[in-house]
This record gives sequence, C-alpha cells and structure tokens, in this order.
Amino acid sequence: MNTFEEHDYSKRIDPQLWRKLLRHAARYKWHLIGLGFVMVLVAVIDAVFPLMNRAAIDRYIVPHTTEGLGTFLLIYAGLVVVQAANVYFLILLAGRIEVGIIHDLRKIGFRRLQELSFSYYDRTPVGWIMARMTSDAQRLGDTISWGLVDIVWGGTMMLAIGVFMLVMNVTLGLTVLAVMPPLILISFYFQKRILESNREVRKTNSRISGAYNEGIMGAKTTKTLVREEANLVEFQKLTNTMRTASVRTAMFSGVYLPIVLALGSIGTGLALWAGGMSVMIGTITYGTLVAFVGYTVQFFEPVRELARVITELQAAQASAERVMSLIETEPEVQDTAAVIEQYGDAFEPRREDWPSVTGRIEFRDVGFQYKDGEQVLEHFSLNVAPGETLALVGETGSGKSTIVNLACRFYEPTEGQILIDGADYRERSILWHESNLGYVLQQPHLFSGNIRDNIRYGRLDATDEEITQAATLVNAHPFISRMEKGYDSEVGEGGNLLSTGEKQLVSFARAIVADPAFFVFDEATSSVDTEAERLIQDAVQKVLKGRTSFIIAHRLSTIRSADRILVIDRGKIIEEGTHSELLAARGRYYQLYTSQFLEEEEEELLTHH
Amino acid sequence: MKTGKLTLLLKFMAGYKLLYLAAIGAVAIATLAGYVVPLVLRLTIDSVLGGQPIDLPVFAVRMINSVISMEHLRTHLWITAAVIVCVTAVAGLFQYYQKKWSAVASERTAQRIREDLYDHLQHLSYDYHVKAKTGDLIQRSTSDVETVRRFIAVQFAEVGRAVILLATAYPLLFSLHVPLALLSIPIMIVIFVFSLVFFKRVQRAFKASDEAEGRLSTVLQENLTGIRVVRAFARQKYEEEKFAERNKEFHDLTWKLVRIFASYWSVSDLLAMGHMCAILLAGTWYAIQGGLSIGDMVVFLTVEGMLLWPVRQLGRILADMGKASVALGRIDEVLQEPTEYPPEPAARPAITGRVVFKEVHFAYDDDREILKGISFTAEPGMTVAILGPTGSGKSSLVHLLSRLYDYTAGSITVDAVELREIDKKWIRSHIGFVLQEPFLYAKTVQENIGLAGRTDGDAGVLEAAKEAAIDDDMEQFGKGYQTLVGERGVTLSGGQKQRVAIARALITCNPILVFDDSLSAVDTGTDVAIRRALLKRSTNATTFIISHRVTTLSSADLILVLDDGKIVQSGTHEALMRQDGLYKRVWGIQNSLEDDLQKELSGEHV
Repeated sequence: MNTFEEHDYSKRIDPQLWRKLLRHAARYKWHLIGLGFVMVLVAVIDAVFPLMNRAAIDRYIVPHTTEGLGTFLLIYAGLVVVQAANVYFLILLAGRIEVGIIHDLRKIGFRRLQELSFSYYDRTPVGWIMARMTSDAQRLGDTISWGLVDIVWGGTMMLAIGVFMLVMNVTLGLTVLAVMPPLILISFYFQKRILESNREVRKTNSRISGAYNEGIMGAKTTKTLVREEANLVEFQKLTNTMRTASVRTAMFSGVYLPIVLALGSIGTGLALWAGGMSVMIGTITYGTLVAFVGYTVQFFEPVRELARVITELQAAQASAERVMSLIETEPEVQDTAAVIEQYGDAFEPRREDWPSVTGRIEFRDVGFQYKDGEQVLEHFSLNVAPGETLALVGETGSGKSTIVNLACRFYEPTEGQILIDGADYRERSILWHESNLGYVLQQPHLFSGNIRDNIRYGRLDATDEEITQAATLVNAHPFISRMEKGYDSEVGEGGNLLSTGEKQLVSFARAIVADPAFFVFDEATSSVDTEAERLIQDAVQKVLKGRTSFIIAHRLSTIRSADRILVIDRGKIIEEGTHSELLAARGRYYQLYTSQFLEEEEEELLTHH
Repeated sequence: MKTGKLTLLLKFMAGYKLLYLAAIGAVAIATLAGYVVPLVLRLTIDSVLGGQPIDLPVFAVRMINSVISMEHLRTHLWITAAVIVCVTAVAGLFQYYQKKWSAVASERTAQRIREDLYDHLQHLSYDYHVKAKTGDLIQRSTSDVETVRRFIAVQFAEVGRAVILLATAYPLLFSLHVPLALLSIPIMIVIFVFSLVFFKRVQRAFKASDEAEGRLSTVLQENLTGIRVVRAFARQKYEEEKFAERNKEFHDLTWKLVRIFASYWSVSDLLAMGHMCAILLAGTWYAIQGGLSIGDMVVFLTVEGMLLWPVRQLGRILADMGKASVALGRIDEVLQEPTEYPPEPAARPAITGRVVFKEVHFAYDDDREILKGISFTAEPGMTVAILGPTGSGKSSLVHLLSRLYDYTAGSITVDAVELREIDKKWIRSHIGFVLQEPFLYAKTVQENIGLAGRTDGDAGVLEAAKEAAIDDDMEQFGKGYQTLVGERGVTLSGGQKQRVAIARALITCNPILVFDDSLSAVDTGTDVAIRRALLKRSTNATTFIISHRVTTLSSADLILVLDDGKIVQSGTHEALMRQDGLYKRVWGIQNSLEDDLQKELSGEHV
C-alpha cells in the first residue's frame, strides 16, 4: 500500500553503488588521497609514542645518563608538532570532503528535481524528497569523509602496533596478540547490535514526533470526543517502547565497553606476566615491558573504531541508495536531444531561437494513461482559438485537471498529439512552452520574501512600475498599500502571512506581469469572504483578456463569462457551447448550474441582505 | 544552570534521584579501580622485578606483606596479571551499572517529560489550539526533551567522572612526587580554560550554521511545494540560483566551522601531547636524579593520560549545559500554560438533552462581543437549525454548548443544571460534535469511526457508517474499513472525511448532536439521506445543525436566524415563511430560479 516506507538499511555492501557514488566525489580525489596519507601518518605516530616512553626508560633512566636527552627532546617535540599539524590537516581535509560532497549532492539533486515530471511529484511525498536532500546527503558526506578517516587510522594503527610488538619481541608479541581475534569478533557483534537497537530508537522517535503532531493538530477533535485519556494511553505505549529501546541501546554499549576493556586487561596481564618474566631473565628491557603494557591498553580503540565504521557503512548504504535513486530518476517529460540542440534546456535556454506564439492550441486525438494503467482520456480532440476562454466543468476525477496538465505539458499525451500554433509541442522545448504559460492555482503558492519579489517572479526584469501596474489591475494594490511596508512587506513562508484572498490577488498580479499567451486558472472551490471574492472575480476577467485561457471553474460568474464551456465526464466532452446554449439544452450543465446557482445565491443573500 | 531550572529538573527526576546517585557512586568506584592497573604495574616493576622496598604508606605495606611476599610474587608473576584482570573486570561491572542506572533514570525522566507534555497539550484550551504553532510545539516536545535527556544521561555523568577523577588523581600524584605533580597543574588548567573558552565561542558559529541550514530547507521545501508555480513560470534556473546561494551559504558556514575545529583540535592536541612530553622528560630527569622510580613514571604517564581527555571535553560539556537550561525553560513554558480543566469537582448530572439559553453573551478577548443575548429553549429530541451570515456567531453558539469556550454572561442550562457547573469532559462525552474541519486520526477507517468508544463493536461501526452514508465509499478504499487514513494510507476527500466524522459522532448515540456546518461539505442528496437516517433512530437526540441549505433548515423543529450575535428570527419553517425576513428571502431564491433562467436565456442578466 505504501511505497514510501523507509528501508533504512540493506544487508550486503554493494560495491557498484559505492563506485557510482564515489564518481560524484571525483572532484575530491586528491583530497581523499591526501587524507589517506595523513591518516597513515597519524596512526603511525600514535603507535610510536609508547616507543618513546620505552626509549626514555631504556636509554636514560636505567643507565642513569642524560646523554642525548636533548636529541630525544627534539625528536619528541618534533613528533608532537608533526602530529598536531596532521590533526589540523586531517580535520581540514575530511571537513572539506564532507562539506563538499554534501553541497554537490544537493546541487545535483536540486537540478534533477527541477527537471522531474509532475507525475513524480504526484506520487512522491515532499517529506520523502526532503529527507533525501537533507539527512541522507548529510550522512553520505559524513560517511565518505570520516569513514575513510576511521578506517585508515584504525587499520594502520592495528598494523603498526602489531608490527612494533613483533619486532620488539616475537614471542611476547604473539602472546599478547592472542587477545585480538576475540576482541574483533566481539566488537563486530556488539557494534551491529548497537546499530540495530539505535535504529529502533530512531524509528520510535519519529513515531513519537508523529504522535505529537497528531495530538496537537487533532486537539480540537480530541476534545469533542473526550479522547484525552485514551490518546495518552496510546502515547504511553510509544514512550514505553522508546524507553525500553533506549535503555537497551545504552545497555549494549554498557556491556560492550567493559568486556572489551576486560579483554584488553587480559592482554595487559599477559604482557605483565610473560614480559615480567622476560625482564627477569633479561630477554627484554624495562622499557619494552612498559611499551607492551602501553600497547595493550591502546589497541582496543582501533578495533572498536573499525567495527563501528564498517557497521555504519551498511546503514549509510541505505542513504546512498535513496540519494542515488533520486538523482537517477529520469523525468518522464523531457526534451529530445534535437530540441535541446535547437532551443536549449531549462538552465541554458537559447531564447533568441524561440519561435513566437499566437496562442492556438489543438488536442488531436489525444489519449492519456497514468503509469498505473488508469486511462483518463481517450480520443480527445479540442481546438482552441487564440484568445479564447474555455471553462471546464465537471466533477472531481472527470479529467478536467488532466486536460489542463496536458495543455501545460506537465504531462504528455500517451497517444495523439497536442499542437501549439500548428506544431507538436514536443518539437519545442519544455521551457519555451512553460515560458508562454501563466498559472494561478486553487491554493495559491507564494515564496518567502516580499510582495514585490513574488510579483516579479512572473517576469524577472519587470520594473517596479510594472509591478505596481499589475497589482493595481488585479485589485491587489489597495491592500498592499495598506500594509506597513507596502510592496516590501514580507509574505512569510508559503505566503502564510497573507490571507487566502490576498494570496490569490498577488498570484494574479504575478501572472499579469508574466504576460503569457496561455493562461490557466484553477478556481478555488471553497469561497473566501465576499468582498475578496468580488475582487478576485474582477481580477480574473482582466487576466483572461487577450489570452488563450483554460479555467477549471467552480464559480458561476467565471463560467458565464467564458467563450466556451466544456462539460467533462469520464474524460469525454459531454456538452459543449456557450452558457445560454447549454442552459437551453437542459442537460447536465443545466443541473450543475441550478444547484450551484441556489447555493451561491443563498450565500450571497446571507452576507448581503 | 540556574537554580529555578535545577529545581524543575529535580522535579522531573523525582523518584529516580537515588538511582542517579547510585550511578554516580558506580562511576566513583569504577574510576578508583582504574588506578589499580598503574599501581600494580608500579609495584611489579619497582618491587617485584626491581627489588626495591615497597614505597607505600606503612599500613598498605603491612597489608601487602601479610598476604604475599615479593619473593613469592617474583616466582608467581601471574598473580599480578590476575589482579589486573580481576580489578578491571570489577571496574567494568561498575561501569556497566553506571551506564544502566543512568540510562534507566534518564530514560524514565525523559518519558515522564514526554507524557507530561503530551497530556498537558491535550488539556490546554480549545482557544489555545486554535492559535497554536504546531511546529514550535513539536520542536519543544521532541528536540528540547532530547537535549534535556542527553544532559542527564551523558553530560551529568561525564562531569561527575571528570570531577571524581580530578579530585582523586592529584592526591595520588602528589603522594608519588610533588614537583612532577605540580608541573602538570598549569598545563591542565590551560587546556581546560582553552576548551571552555573555545566551546563557548563556537556556539555562535554553530548557531549560524544551523540557521543557514534552516534557510536551505525552507528554500527546498518551498520549491517542492510550489513546483507547479516554478514550472508554470519557467523559473527553474532562477530557483536553481536561489538554492545554490543557500547551499553555498550553508557550505561556507560549515566549512568555517570545520576550520575552527581544525585549529582548536590541533592546538588542543599540541598542548596535550606537549604536556605528555613535558611529563616524560621531567620524569626521566627526576628518575635519573633518583627519587622517582620507573614504576612511578609509569603511574604518572598513565594517570595524566587518563586525565587529559575529560579535561579537554569538559569545556564542551559545560557549554552544552546552557543549551539544556534553555530547553528546560522552553518545556516549562508549555507546562505552565493553564489547562482548561480546573481541579475542583464539577457536576455530572444525567443528560437527556434539554438545553436552555438565557440572555447568553460571549466575547473572545473581551473587546468584541460575538454573542449578544441569545435566548431559546430546545426540548429533548428537537432539531434546532441555525442560519446566519459568516461571523454572526453560529459556531460560537455551539462551541459554548460543548464548553469549548465559556459564555461571559447569561445562563445556559442543560437539563436544568447550569452548564458552567458541569464537568467539561462529562458534557462533551454526551455531545456528538462534528466540527467544521474534522480531524481524522492516523488509524483505520473502522478505528476512526469507533473512536468515541461506547459502541457495540463492528456492527455499531457499520450501522453508523451506513447512517452517515460513508459505507458505499468503502469499496473505493483498498482494504475497506481496515484502510489506513492519512499520509501513510488513503487520502479522503473533504466530503468523505466529513462523513467519517459524522459516523464517529453518530455511533455514540449521545443525547445531543451538533453539526457545525458539517453537512455542507456533502452534496444535497447525501445531506438528505443522513438526516433521514437520523430521524429513523429510536431515541432522538437534541440536534443542532448549522447550515446554509434551506432544505436542511426547513425540516427543523426550531429555526434560529442569527445576525451579528443576535437572534433576529426564530420559529418553525411555517412561522418564518409568514414573516418578512432573511429566512423567507433565502427560501424564495429557489422559486425565483426558473424566472431568472428565463430572463437569462432571453438575454437579460441576473
């Protein structure tokens, strides 16, 4: 039922996927190589420090001499400085890669999102896309950069410690390293458990957020149903799950660390026991003993890091799959190579080569079928003259929106063709077509920013004068000038600081500024207050003038003023004509009209009595 | 952390404080056990292998000698190894308990805060929820709670560990070698102050980057929700530039953060490693001079190493404490909001549905009166229809009945009991209320209908669904009544939602029903069908219907015409038809329709 259930982890590492992903990181090739180099150096120096302690003991303390201590100091200080510099470069390089990859993935993803077809948006929740572009991209950047850091460091460190121990004393080295295999096994086991139980915590956490959302959004309904207690009981189930899962996660790491430390202490014990005996018989020095003990305390750390990173790679792979699937989604509506060659694409249009447009549009035997096989239109033909206003009337699901979406080329016909000024619109670029469109939605959408910028969205080079003119034409000027900052007033996120009616008017002004050849208006079903309604009606008439217009109409006055009315049912035109013609026919239009008429007149009377 | 916030935190932790103390005790033991390893090493190197006398306080020497002799240890070196393993295991055990206890205490505390918040939010007034900012409330209930949880789960224990470590390490080091111990203090202080200052300062950079990320998300979100507008105006390129700007801003700010951290950690590492270098060098010097054994030096190196990390982290933890304090404050702000349920006992009379309004007045914020003296009587089983223009006070009137708001003057009685005296939940559980914009829960259709409880199972759901004319729509949904509603399931149309909400109200068989303009979202035919079903019920509820539809209004026992907060007309359809007024005019439209159509067809405009 729900295709957007999150899979947040996949079982096996898929090298092909990572290769594809790494291709996006190709820009950072040298950074990655540099980082690997720095990390090897860091790990080796980390492993050298215990050897310095050994040298101090064996060369100076035991023989009681200060000879050469100056050189020793210089070497130690040199190592410290080099290591500090390494740390600086490691953070810088890893940070550069992380930040860069996140930035690049978002950039590519965003461009792809601008090209994807409406069918994609119809079936993909915005929250789903947001998650890919934000947290998934973040996790990938993080994994590629810091994952590399930890893997190289952990691997080199383990290797270096092993080599140093074996070089100092093979027998003792082998004795102590015997702790390694169980340490590795246990680490992988626990890191996996910790990750899994963490995942449950995260899932429960998002369900808790959802529950809060529902609790707050539904609070009014909850009151009328007196569901407060019942809701709380349900909520407590979630918080209980959350608590047990969180405690479990804490316990896993609470068990893991002591076990690992205890295993390490066995290593320490072995070093002390076997090493102490070697000291007594003189095969190793005090310094070597101390170094061995130091290593045994140190080496569980790289093991833990390696186990953690490798486990997390599996989780990151799920993010990689999701991001790649977004980037690799092919738009269903796209220009052919030849068209792009001639007219440019959405980002580099060749406007100088674009043909002008008069506004004639023809549907020639058009069929349309959704991907799931649902046939919406069949053998649909329609001829619209330049400047004609067409009202589409019909019930939800009758196919009105599909006709409009096809006319806008938000979808393309699956059969037949749509011609603009006599040429199939697929022979022109999408951007060309869209540039000739004006569109006012049922739920007007504005962008954060001020009113002026929102109107200018219609045509970026519009002057302030033109903006004021457009606003005046559609009756938006009075309310705008009443606002404290006039045209510079902020509209808020999604335009939410304005009322629905005001948003409508601003979106009309935006369409006027664009001055499109084709105009599409999806009229709101729910009414705004009467005064706003009157202003909107008036605005609509002005926008329609001289443009080929499609209106998905609900209001009588809008319908009445159309040049032609199409009554659509199940993807077919069942009635067609002017208002009077259709009324006289006493068919479906007559029925719709009379019931609508009653409601509207009643409303009118109630508010204007 | 201010004392007020601390008291608040302690209040949330009530009942788990002992557990918490136990956790801190466990930390202390585990920390102390941590010293055993270097001390055993020291004993082994200096006394067992080196043959020096044990350099410990007299009682400790006696104790050790009474158990075992150095000569014995020399031949049985495995004993020292076993001691190390055992002590580490015991320390591990306490470490485990510390983790467990602080996890249990902090998770239980977090759970309590979550539930308190949830419960409190549900009990805040209707008015509060009309004005509530959902996003902000959710943020407080989730991320702020998380900040507090992390504080008590991790940071508290970390601070505890650091303090215990510092408090015990120095006495030990001083007992071994005073000059070397003294030497270590200044650099430790420098490292600590450095980290404290740094983490305080870096907060600003963090905030800037967080805010930039917020702006980036906003641009993305707006682009995605407005993608139709973007396309319709062919603004892909413009949008890409807008996004690129935000993307770059975030990139630059995080990159700045990376650079800050690179500088911090490298300098901090330089100090820490320099510190170790100094200890090693000075230790070697003192050892050559005599007075410091190899074992002493091993202890110094180990203990200093143990101290460094917590000291470097302390700055971050202290800086984070500020965040927890802010989060607590934000949580408390919600909890301080008064609920709509006063604790005093309220009446719970039997309710049959007789409702009397007497000179009822109501105003939202005292400035503008919405209802100005409403009086009428509804007998049990009566249908009262309310008609009036937008803003005339229709919704307020029915909201008063459910005590979603309380009237400011006058009297409302339900079955002769003053409404203000009746328990809010009691009266609401006797009213089937269908809101103008009903909310469906993310449950199945069946569960949504059966929500109000007091049902006779599935048969009740089916019956209510039939009465509300939603039963026929079920086949549209994949799984019928078991279909999940909402984002993760099907999206219902406005009319379907409304009918599910009506079914939900009908199932309870409450003595009072209220339809707040809820029948207008369904078409006229369905409206009639629903009302007909209502009439067929054996016991009739007192029903209040707000509607514009004259057909709906006409069959009511009492019609109230509201205008500007007053009843301008009331009576039955017949009575109102005899008066010249709003009702008659609304009704008249239907009859004039034919005339108007004729006129229109002949070219005249209406």
